[in-house]
Amino acid sequence: MTDYAIELNGVCKSYRFFELQSIALRLQRGTIMGLIGPNGAGKSTTIRILMGLVHQDRGEVRVLGCRMPDEQVAAKWDIGFASDDMRLYDSLTVGWHINFMKSIYQSWDDGYAQLLLKRFGLNAEQKIKGLSHGQRVKAALLLVFARRPKLLVLDEPTTGLDPVARHEILRELTSVMAEEGRSVLFSSQNTQDVEQISDQITFIDRGRIIDSMDKEVYLDRWRRLRLEVPDGIALPTLPGVIGIQQTGRLAVAIANAFEPHLPNAYENSGARVHAVENMTLEEIFVANVEHSREEVKA
Amino acid sequence: MFVISQSDKRPMYLQIMEQMKQRIAVGDWAAGQAIPSIRQLAVDIGVSVITVKRAYLELEREGVIITRQGKGCFVSSDSELASRIREQELAQHLEQAVRSAALLGVSPKNLEKRIRAIYEHVTDEEKEPI
Repeated sequence: MTDYAIELNGVCKSYRFFELQSIALRLQRGTIMGLIGPNGAGKSTTIRILMGLVHQDRGEVRVLGCRMPDEQVAAKWDIGFASDDMRLYDSLTVGWHINFMKSIYQSWDDGYAQLLLKRFGLNAEQKIKGLSHGQRVKAALLLVFARRPKLLVLDEPTTGLDPVARHEILRELTSVMAEEGRSVLFSSQNTQDVEQISDQITFIDRGRIIDSMDKEVYLDRWRRLRLEVPDGIALPTLPGVIGIQQTGRLAVAIANAFEPHLPNAYENSGARVHAVENMTLEEIFVANVEHSREEVKA
Repeated sequence: MFVISQSDKRPMYLQIMEQMKQRIAVGDWAAGQAIPSIRQLAVDIGVSVITVKRAYLELEREGVIITRQGKGCFVSSDSELASRIREQELAQHLEQAVRSAALLGVSPKNLEKRIRAIYEHVTDEEKEPI
């Protein structure tokens, strides 16, 4: 047994218009990782590769100790996977699907399934074709959650859900952590969700991993400094600062490797530091993507 | 009930720390009392374990809580803790005010005068009949 539920090393995959470049990723057992990035960044491709649904051109993928895609059959008993394109049988009921899963998976927890039915406001008698998009998503997640798999891999689990449903899903995801040793990897466009429930954050843009680390450390590295710059003073270029915007005497500096001495450095240059602010993941997301694209251009 | 607010600009771990301190300050969590484990509180609030862990570590460093190996987490047995927390809170507000004043170049004397004026205003307001 390794300490990692997921391990990717040097994983590459080329398509005609898109390339996944040397992806390295580690998900520690017992933790939740949020995968974020703009549309088309490579989140779903990465997830598909680690599920063995897409085969990498190069590189090593291990999920729950199994080499993927070769050993995916063995691995999948312990992985719960849900994505947008998961198909349920339209003409059959939610209850039929529950019984079907129950007959396949020994780990199925029927009590939990019934609880989730209630919590998600679903009716076992109802046919899939009569469900709204949100209800379908919840039904699909129920079928995965009630298996109590060691690893949950969820591609955009909260997209298209109303705020109450989103909350329910996030609650269920965090409640997974009550049992030691279970792990979650999920992708999301909702940075708030990722910020709230992830232990680890992985940031993908244009087929590359830009950052992958402990969420608290990650959020802590970013700061917004509000500065007043008197006439005749030029702001110095300081390490750890990725961008400065100035209009008139007011400037905003964004730091992605903040150190406590940074405000002093600005003060010493003649500027005044009005505020040092934490940034939300949403703000970091935008600043990070803009910054990494500027670097590519330069 | 812990509430993590998105309109609160502070990081989540600070919000959790503050709400834990509040429980102690109002007496809901008594000195020496056992409190939920990191994992349990994370599940209860619906936030990541790592965020709650950070809040616990900081509170431990401040002497507000203690972790006993294999026994769990407890409120510090310091009986003055509740008043100490309130005192700390006031100190933080004052420091913030003084910082703003210094930034604007307000002299200590002037600041003192203004604080006194606000104090009188506030206590007057409280005396007024409803």
